[in-house]
Amino acid sequence: MELSYYPGCTAHSTAWEFNESTEGVFRALGWRLRELPDWNCCGGASAHTMDRVVGLGLPARNLAIAQRMGRDVLVPCAGCYNNVQKARAALEAGDPDARKIEDTLGFRWGKGVGVLSLLDWLERPGVIEALKAGVKRPLQGLKVVAYYGCQLVRPPRVTGRRSWENPTTLERACEAVGAQALDWSYKVDCCGADLGITHPDRAEALCSGLVARAREAGAQAVVVSCGLCQANLDMRQKGQGLPVLYVTELLGAALGVPGREKWWKKHLVDPSPLFR
Amino acid sequence: MHPFATEVQELSGQNLSRCYQCKKCTAGCPTVSWYEWPNHGVVRMIQRGMRDALLGSKTIWMCVGCDTCGTRCPNGIYLGPIMDALRSLARREGRRVPEPAVLAFHEAFLASARRFGRVHEATMLAAYKLKTRDFLTDLGVGLKLFAKGKIPVLPKGIQGKAEVEKIFRLGGRAAGRRGG
Ligand code: SF4
Ligand code: SF4
Ligand code: SF4
Repeated sequence: MELSYYPGCTAHSTAWEFNESTEGVFRALGWRLRELPDWNCCGGASAHTMDRVVGLGLPARNLAIAQRMGRDVLVPCAGCYNNVQKARAALEAGDPDARKIEDTLGFRWGKGVGVLSLLDWLERPGVIEALKAGVKRPLQGLKVVAYYGCQLVRPPRVTGRRSWENPTTLERACEAVGAQALDWSYKVDCCGADLGITHPDRAEALCSGLVARAREAGAQAVVVSCGLCQANLDMRQKGQGLPVLYVTELLGAALGVPGREKWWKKHLVDPSPLFR
Repeated sequence: MHPFATEVQELSGQNLSRCYQCKKCTAGCPTVSWYEWPNHGVVRMIQRGMRDALLGSKTIWMCVGCDTCGTRCPNGIYLGPIMDALRSLARREGRRVPEPAVLAFHEAFLASARRFGRVHEATMLAAYKLKTRDFLTDLGVGLKLFAKGKIPVLPKGIQGKAEVEKIFRLGGRAAGRRGG
């Protein structure tokens, strides 16, 4: 079981623990992740905001590399995943801008390899069972809410999601390792994305509201699959003290992945008390 | 249809004439409270060709592209790509941007991606802070990231920088100039 792997720009900085825990979980379950050679930035939210061609072109180069490697590519960061999927959709629709990009980069997209988010991977046959079987430190009913935000699920014609208002894949994964995933109504609301940097007060209005709803639901932590969601919810919650975990950190803790104490140190709200 | 509406429709790939003003887009938009007009109003304004008002607005810079509106619109109209199109037009025409922080951030981000092939967060955030000349409010992100050891200090470029540069050249001038 082997996948290409697109870590994204934040993997070695703000989302270091996302990258570490992703690699740890895949290793623990016997999957091999092979980093795409010489990948480039997917453009974040900035490329499509400023120029459509650049917005499609940056992820298209990564798709060209993935195609050359010949394996499905895992893109755990939701922001990156969304950009890559939008580029793939444009390439497959024969969009004129996408054609120009193919000509410029000297490749033709052939639909041979798939693009996977962590949701797509968790839904692969046998993964949930493997998680259940791999638990070394059951989470004893740790209460969490899953937060998907925007980019993993929308737009459904691009992400291929069948359930975009009430997805449940992360919940199934959390429960597989002994946590209790609570129901709540805000799992696909937006965290404010880059407003976290340009308008911190506005991001705070959105994020502190989301964290308050999570607390009302009874959650001890929020589980996410996006570097930006994690940073915003962790940093912009107005001191409510609710840890915000990458799903791979939660799974990694239950699977006993080594080195996890270092992940917790990267958080602003310390999640380590949840795992004592 | 007004020529401006045709232009936006072509740039965004969205069929505006389908809109029947049900306001579902507005109801779910996370950032509408910082817009000058509600989402359904923006659609109406495009149909009527209110070019200057829209291209000079804060609204087009406050949309974060979350695709909530389009996913819920009974007619499949996505405001995200429409706002992208309006921003590109505003930049192409050299309009004043009333949300300078947003523009500064996107420019700093793209300059970093263009220069290294990947975004280097430390230098990108420093460039952003320089552009906005804002060192006081929210030293938050930068400092906290440094304190948490989340920002590596040395930029590393990728080998395929020339290909990345080709992509930027293929794009219009809206994506920003070289360097930075
Ligand atoms: S979403 Fe952000 S972090 Fe992820 S690769 Fe794209 S630019 Fe880099
Ligand atoms: S949801 Fe769609 S149809 Fe309804 S007002 Fe908005 S754009 Fe128009
Ligand atoms: S895509 Fe933009 S306009 Fe639509 S709901 Fe999201 S922020 Fe609002």
